[in-house]
Amino acid sequence: MDRKSELRAIIRAHKRWDALFGMFGLLAMMVGVLTLAALFANMAIDGIPRLTGDFFTSFPSRRAGQAGILSAWIGSVLVMFVTAIVAVPLGIAGAIYLEEYARKNWFTDVIEINITNLAGVPSIVYGLLALGLFVYTFGFGQSILSAGLTLALLILPIVIVTTREALRSIPQHIREGAYACGASQWQVVKHHLLPYGLPGILTGVIIGLARAIGETAPIITIGALTFIAFLPPVPFTGEPPAGMLDWVFSPFTVMPIQIFNWTSRPDPAFHQNAAAASFVLVFMTLGMNGLAIWLRYRLRKNIKW
Amino acid sequence: MAVTSTTSTLAVTSPSITGAAKLAEYARSKARRRRTERVIESVLLLAACVSVFTTIGIVYILVRESASFFAHVPLWTFLTDTQWTPLFDDAHFGILVLLAGTVSSSAVALSIAIPLGTIIAIYLSEFAGHKTREIMKPLLEMLSGVPTIIYGYFALLFVTPMLQKLYPELPGFNVLSAGIVMGVMIIPYVSSLSEDAMRAVPMSLREGSYAMGATRFQTAVKVVVPAALSGIAAAYILGISRAVGETMILAVAAGMQPNLTLNPLEPAATITSYIVQVALGDLPHGSIGYQTIFAAGLTLMLLTLFFNLIGYWMRRKYREAY
Repeated sequence: MDRKSELRAIIRAHKRWDALFGMFGLLAMMVGVLTLAALFANMAIDGIPRLTGDFFTSFPSRRAGQAGILSAWIGSVLVMFVTAIVAVPLGIAGAIYLEEYARKNWFTDVIEINITNLAGVPSIVYGLLALGLFVYTFGFGQSILSAGLTLALLILPIVIVTTREALRSIPQHIREGAYACGASQWQVVKHHLLPYGLPGILTGVIIGLARAIGETAPIITIGALTFIAFLPPVPFTGEPPAGMLDWVFSPFTVMPIQIFNWTSRPDPAFHQNAAAASFVLVFMTLGMNGLAIWLRYRLRKNIKW
Repeated sequence: MAVTSTTSTLAVTSPSITGAAKLAEYARSKARRRRTERVIESVLLLAACVSVFTTIGIVYILVRESASFFAHVPLWTFLTDTQWTPLFDDAHFGILVLLAGTVSSSAVALSIAIPLGTIIAIYLSEFAGHKTREIMKPLLEMLSGVPTIIYGYFALLFVTPMLQKLYPELPGFNVLSAGIVMGVMIIPYVSSLSEDAMRAVPMSLREGSYAMGATRFQTAVKVVVPAALSGIAAAYILGISRAVGETMILAVAAGMQPNLTLNPLEPAATITSYIVQVALGDLPHGSIGYQTIFAAGLTLMLLTLFFNLIGYWMRRKYREAY
């Protein structure tokens, strides 16, 4: 009798630990979720009153009430354009090589270890690379081109890793079937692997760009200006051929830098601008991430090997 | 479906050619095809090598600029001086000052991210149902998707005022609030990698433990966590290198004054926020001030490399094979 109740007590104590830990787990997750909620609420309360049409069509100004994000969002879009043009083909091509062509040798190992390591390099170090290499050695200056290339290098590991995962998930028999029909390796890649891997690749590209659009540190390091009250030339309208690319050498600012600039001013009126711009930026990044998750979910459901 | 362009041209021209000529035509088209394939392969290889070039570029630039820096400042002074005033007339270059800021901010961040991240990982992997996991994982990953500049804004204008209510002497710029926000940002890096490692532990180990009468908590702590230790350690290391390399939160909320202290209640500059501070100014290319940011960057790079190597070693050492 005594031993029985003792045993019961032990079991109860252990079960209590279970319940207690379950509570801890929920609590820990609440910390994250509540932080996110506070962040959004804070941004929305301070920022939404500033989100008028004028905010998107005005240049930054010394008067907080008239300042807007025109040059910032246009700069962000143009930099993203350069980043995408560079990172997408390079990333996909690199991934195809590593996944489909590369032989198992030391050189392939070097490339793979390299990519893993690059993914862990702090983003500001990319900024230093760009400052030394693009800005001064290549003489691109503090331009949209320098920023776009920097961010392209930064997201390259992301694009490569996700593209490789997408290619790896395509079953081997698809490749074998194509080879059996006499296709060359490139034909297998072009006609089968790229189309079937597209959802996964697209997801990776979008996640990479969402990361790039919020990056601040490397762009500050190459010396983007914080006060830009003009727009770069409209792309592809200048005198061909040289004038077509005027815009890539133009000075610029981007959304995160505009936010940084407004946040670091002491006047609270500018903090509202920062909140409003943050709201727009978060909307952009989370929107892109959401799109990627949706794409992955949606397109994966349709594939049945 | 996979009819090649070379074979289709062959099909058009072949009726008029016979015998040896036909064979020669076949051989030619085959050679052409092999040539194209080889060109394509080299182009793809070149693209894959861009990552190697990037690494070489980073090392080259950091070492080149740091070399001219260390020609002015002896390495020993750099490592032992207790002042960091590179832009003053009486210039001192003691990296320890910046390192102190990096250490204290990372310590605050990790003391939040590691316990919370681990608890969340255990909970999601061992306790939560399918539904909870599917909802909570993307929600937590949103934390790492928010641009860090916005966290900086949040730390400076929301967390610091809140902390000042609890502790009125806290200065407007301080390492504590930046570190706390940084810690919350790092939670998903720790939790999601740890959870992956725990989920990779074979079911049979858990079943064995349950069969012995262990509770969920006992199974999680005594069976699953030890078995997943290598992956969990890798997650911690990733968290550490994120914390060390984080820039904008600290640049915005921790102030950028060099301050040789480990006290998180004071403002301080870190290696990363110093680089931002210099980049915001207008330093002439090639000046000693310009070179300091590369020396600081090299220190940062060596630091993260060191942690990556530890992570690599831990994964090897504690790997459990099933």
